[in-house]
Amino acid sequence: MINRRIFLKHSGLALVAGGLIPSVFVRMAQAGTTKGKKVLVAIFQRGAVDGLNVVVPYGESDYYSARPTIAVPRPGSGDQAALDLDGFFGLHPAMVSLLPYFKDHSAAFVHAVGSPDTTRSHFDAQDFMESGTPGVKSTEDGFLARAVSARKETNASPLRAVALSPAMPRILSGNAGAVAMTNIGQFGIRAGAESGQIQSSFESMYAEAVSGALGGTAKESFEAAKILKNADPVKLQPENGATYPNGALANSLKQIAQLIKSDVGLEVAFADVGGWDTHAGEGGAQGQLANNLRNFADAIAAFTKDLGSRMGDVVLVTMSEFGRTVRENGNRGTDHGHANFMFAIGGGVKGGKVHGKWPGLSSQQLYENRDLAVTTDFRDVFGELVTKQLGVASLKQVFPGYDANPSKWRGVLA
Amino acid sequence: MKRFLIVATSLLLLSAAASDSKLSDRQRALHALNRLGFGARPGDVDRVLKTGVDTWIDQQLHPEVIPDRAVEARLQSLPTLQMSDADIMQKYYRPIAEARKENKQARNDGELDVKGKGEMRMLQKNAQQIVGDLVSQRIIRAAESDRQLNEVMVDFWFNHFNVFVGKGIDRFMLTSYERDVIRPHIWGRFEDLLLATAKSPAMLFYLDNARSVADPANRPQMAQRFMMRRNPQQANRGGLNENYAREIMELHTLGVDGGYTQKDVTELARVLTGWTIAQPQQGGGFVFRRALHDTGSKTVLGVRFPAGGGMEEGEKMIHILAHSPATAHHIAYKLAQRLVADDPPSSLVDRVAKRFLESDGDLRQTVKAVIDSPEFWDAKYYQAKVKSPFEYAISAVRAIDGQVTDARPIARELQKIGEPLYGAQPPTGYSDKADVWVNTGALLNRLNFALALAANKMPGVRSDVVALIPADSAADPHKSVDALAQALTGGDLSEATRTTIRDRLVERKAPDMDPWDNTQIPMIAGLILGSPEFQKQ
Repeated sequence: MINRRIFLKHSGLALVAGGLIPSVFVRMAQAGTTKGKKVLVAIFQRGAVDGLNVVVPYGESDYYSARPTIAVPRPGSGDQAALDLDGFFGLHPAMVSLLPYFKDHSAAFVHAVGSPDTTRSHFDAQDFMESGTPGVKSTEDGFLARAVSARKETNASPLRAVALSPAMPRILSGNAGAVAMTNIGQFGIRAGAESGQIQSSFESMYAEAVSGALGGTAKESFEAAKILKNADPVKLQPENGATYPNGALANSLKQIAQLIKSDVGLEVAFADVGGWDTHAGEGGAQGQLANNLRNFADAIAAFTKDLGSRMGDVVLVTMSEFGRTVRENGNRGTDHGHANFMFAIGGGVKGGKVHGKWPGLSSQQLYENRDLAVTTDFRDVFGELVTKQLGVASLKQVFPGYDANPSKWRGVLA
Repeated sequence: MKRFLIVATSLLLLSAAASDSKLSDRQRALHALNRLGFGARPGDVDRVLKTGVDTWIDQQLHPEVIPDRAVEARLQSLPTLQMSDADIMQKYYRPIAEARKENKQARNDGELDVKGKGEMRMLQKNAQQIVGDLVSQRIIRAAESDRQLNEVMVDFWFNHFNVFVGKGIDRFMLTSYERDVIRPHIWGRFEDLLLATAKSPAMLFYLDNARSVADPANRPQMAQRFMMRRNPQQANRGGLNENYAREIMELHTLGVDGGYTQKDVTELARVLTGWTIAQPQQGGGFVFRRALHDTGSKTVLGVRFPAGGGMEEGEKMIHILAHSPATAHHIAYKLAQRLVADDPPSSLVDRVAKRFLESDGDLRQTVKAVIDSPEFWDAKYYQAKVKSPFEYAISAVRAIDGQVTDARPIARELQKIGEPLYGAQPPTGYSDKADVWVNTGALLNRLNFALALAANKMPGVRSDVVALIPADSAADPHKSVDALAQALTGGDLSEATRTTIRDRLVERKAPDMDPWDNTQIPMIAGLILGSPEFQKQ
């Protein structure tokens, strides 16, 4: 509760001082009343986003020598320049919509974070990050699913864990009773006047006949469909003047906001967004990556604005399977690398800071002489988040076999 | 403890009994139609039994002996299917590229766009014909061709060598990729298929090898000097792109645990420099550009190439990769996963891998090894694998004897159920492990698809489920339902499903109605197609 007030206070004061955010957000923030549950929203940037061009280490000359055509210029060098964060790191200029939240201390980055596993395979690295067990392929469920099921709740909502995705992502597979959907307004049987009866017919077919994955899925589907039908979240329009950009991520976040606002018991939401595998023609301040980043940042900014004071109960965090090579390749792009960044915004985030330990970019500091080294295990960021935001008591079950020691946390949340 | 032992023993006996039990002839025929095809049309089981299951399978393994004229004739109406890359580029891509160029020029001159937004949209819409035709042929062939196993293997191998329709100009290249690269090679040697994909413009573009060039210092000196004179800025540009070199080992051949290192990836990328597309925007084919090839010495997977080599280096590596035991295991595992079980038994995988190696990667023999295995026919795998969205949708169309008049609406449904054709973005393609398809949203979309399809409300598919009920059953509601279940599923409905359907009939029956209200039949058919039994194969 205290965390949330801090978030709101910061939001209001700093924003007014900076004059960066429309006043309607300030009013929402000052109102300061929320009644929702704590929610964790996780976004996966699939394809390995180039973190060095997102949180730009402009203080390193090696950054500029490694990237002659795709580096983002230093702050103050014109309108294409990086946006200064802390005197050393700068934000990609296409992400300007998130800058005010960083400046008012409600958003933060962690840099040089990643998986200790050395794989540069998208598939394996995503798999390891979602299972939460780098190097162990036999893990059957996802770590967010384990985090949800670690919180025993009597009367848990069928919508406590939702993936905005056509198939259940690895990260929420397991015993969390998570549901996957792409359109919360069309989640149910649609067969005209008889929809209700037909749905109950299917319900009894699946309830009595099927064990295993199919039976469980069916039960969760029908229960979630009933709740959504009653709550009718899609009637909720974006608030506080928020305008979502086009695109899949914005569409997902808009629906997550609707779920949060309709109090259907959401605790964990997940969405993913692709298009980050920039092997060729990546661009610098402008171009392919810039366009994707603008859409990405604008979607998150719209979500934050839309939720207004409710954002005090929400933490949104982003991840990507690995970073990209420090040096640009022969096609003005980057190949698969190692460490990357994470972004967090919301109530209780210790914002205005790039957390973590910066390993440096000189040749001898690089991992295998090519990649940013990992200095923070992604499990230490998520360990902190699921403990503080979701109230998970023990991380043993969430990250089996890992020494999840709070002393390794980076202090991303208050 | 003792009691526990008794329970455990009886469980063991039970499971032994289950796996010992043999499939009946009808079950064998249905199993073959499900796993080696996209499910049964009404009467198919009887037809396969009449031919003989083994003979039918033998024919399926030699699709060229199965007449397919009706389908081929239908595909004539899809104009882009027979076009070359060059023609497709000329007709559909050039107008877009030129319009963009004109607009850019106009903007540079401070003028307004020459081609307005509406005109640009028109051009893009024209280009949708290509992918529309492509998804249509895949759906029509899967639903209507008698070469069922051929279509299953096209789906499998395209997915194995996945190329995403959404990457740049790849959407103009997929027509020839499937037609000229995948289809002609799926019953031949694996090496030929692998080499054909390696040289295909679609793959070269998708995984960036077309853009991977040697560092200037490692290029042939003459060529570099020539380029320096012509355009020094361009000549100094360029370098490796590892994307394809990694995926050909991880996904196409050895598998992720196949024993290669990051160094092998980089070295293989050097080997494959110069493998590119002649003129991609004009639909040019494969070309090896010696001037861009890394002529330094290299070592990949312990194989050393002295300085000065050329295209033969890549061909040698493709030969080595195609014949590696790791590749044999990887391919065998994936085939067994697709055709038998999500977690295929290692005895089966080992046997299939052995056949792959012994037969020099003969794909017909490798697939036959899966089908001939006792595991394929083991009762414990009968109706045990959940259908993928594509398998589900097509098998439902086949079950109701649906006639596909326009395949594009089905393609849109596949998107909702989670498997848009040609729409897998990552090079991994879609999972062959059916369990990943079982999730909440997708299940509801499957059920809605089933209801719409059976009610004849699915655009582009014509059907009449009432006509599936023989005249001697039509007068009686329960006989009708049984006949319908028999026609749609071969009769394998569980008691719960039967009871549910019977209850729905009672609910709906008006007391004074005689004869009974058979307008319910489409809804009942929808319930059967949505039932848990029909989700499986």
